[in-house]
Amino acid sequence: MASPVSSLEGRTLTLDRGGRRVLADLSFRAVAGRALVVTGANGAGKSTLLRLIAGLLRPVAGDLVIEGGDPDLTIAQHCHYFGHQDALKNQLSVAENLAFWRDFFGVADGTVLDALDRVGLARLIDLPAAYLSAGQRRRLAFARLLVTRRPIWLLDEPTSALDAASEARLLEIVGEHLDAGGLVVAATHLDLPFARIDGLRLGPAIVGEAA
Amino acid sequence: MNALLALFAREWKLAVRVGGGALMGALFFLIVVTVVPFGVGPDLNLLSRIGPAILWIGALLATLLSLDRLFQVDRDDGGLDLILMGESPLELVVLVKCLAHWAATGLPLVIASPLLAIFMNMEPIAIGATTLTLLVGTPALTFTGAIGAALTVTLKRGGLLLAILVLPLTVPVMIFGVSSATAVLYGGMPFTTPFAILAALGLFAMVLGPVAAAAALRHAGE
Repeated sequence: MASPVSSLEGRTLTLDRGGRRVLADLSFRAVAGRALVVTGANGAGKSTLLRLIAGLLRPVAGDLVIEGGDPDLTIAQHCHYFGHQDALKNQLSVAENLAFWRDFFGVADGTVLDALDRVGLARLIDLPAAYLSAGQRRRLAFARLLVTRRPIWLLDEPTSALDAASEARLLEIVGEHLDAGGLVVAATHLDLPFARIDGLRLGPAIVGEAA
Repeated sequence: MNALLALFAREWKLAVRVGGGALMGALFFLIVVTVVPFGVGPDLNLLSRIGPAILWIGALLATLLSLDRLFQVDRDDGGLDLILMGESPLELVVLVKCLAHWAATGLPLVIASPLLAIFMNMEPIAIGATTLTLLVGTPALTFTGAIGAALTVTLKRGGLLLAILVLPLTVPVMIFGVSSATAVLYGGMPFTTPFAILAALGLFAMVLGPVAAAAALRHAGE
């Protein structure tokens, strides 16, 4: 496993998208074992914040800092990003899709079959991903977080398209990740059933010209 | 290294399975080259003279046809975000994607070209020379095209813009490819000089293409 990360801190982050200031002077701190739940109205910048942590967007000002972790890796390389898109190829089977991401991310942490079993897709292992339902695609995408270990999980509306049973199972897996000393930053409307939660509420989007 | 091998294997599978670009490119190449004799007429000498050029133009268009989706499919399904977060350098990822694309799309063109050369009434020595130049030249087309594919990755209909951006850049490859192929026909001109330049262009594109395409992809997400 990659060396543990004890905290992830954002310091006065400012970010513009399309000439509009989406995040202004945002500071937060996520610590190991606690879930940082990001809430806010649509357009408040929840997804933007997660993509910023994932290294996919660059802030105009401010820093992201982690404590612990592997000094040879970037912050993004400590993160699993579970966004709105599933990153699945329809032509490949369930197992092939998952096996690719395990091999691509390097350090394997479990077998494909175990991960599929955890998300309840073990029976569909040879089915092309094209035939999966929206909820099944979501679960297959989530299984990616289980086959390679990265300490920080960025979850963007993780339970969308999931039924009650799958949602409970996903939250249970996220809970185990927290118990194992992982970090979670989640953008969600749900009440997460975890003992230790920090809240981060993003204000309404600031409309107007970026400075 | 494992990550890149896994990427190559996946790209290969995607290209050769239903809906992939491998067969499309080869079929398009076949059709372009087959149509030319109908347009030009039954002048066998003329056909054998323009044969190398027609094969090269066909290969160029067939390569560009399938290149526009090189990065776009990954961007559309969110896979590009995850690739950016991986530990493999993006330049190598692009290199591997190009190599897999060439193996699945460019190599079949090279293999099909001796057969199609018979359509063009080409002599055996010209067939050999043209196939050899295509073998060396088509990777250069793929690597140059990757730059265009990366630049147009955010555009929904980037294929045409890709062709407009990339075609001028492929002109040197065309010139030296066709001139070394025709050199063996007429004598007087050496084969090796334009062929060596063609090979150099290929190596140049192999280095520059991935670096430029990776830079374009890094900015595409923003």
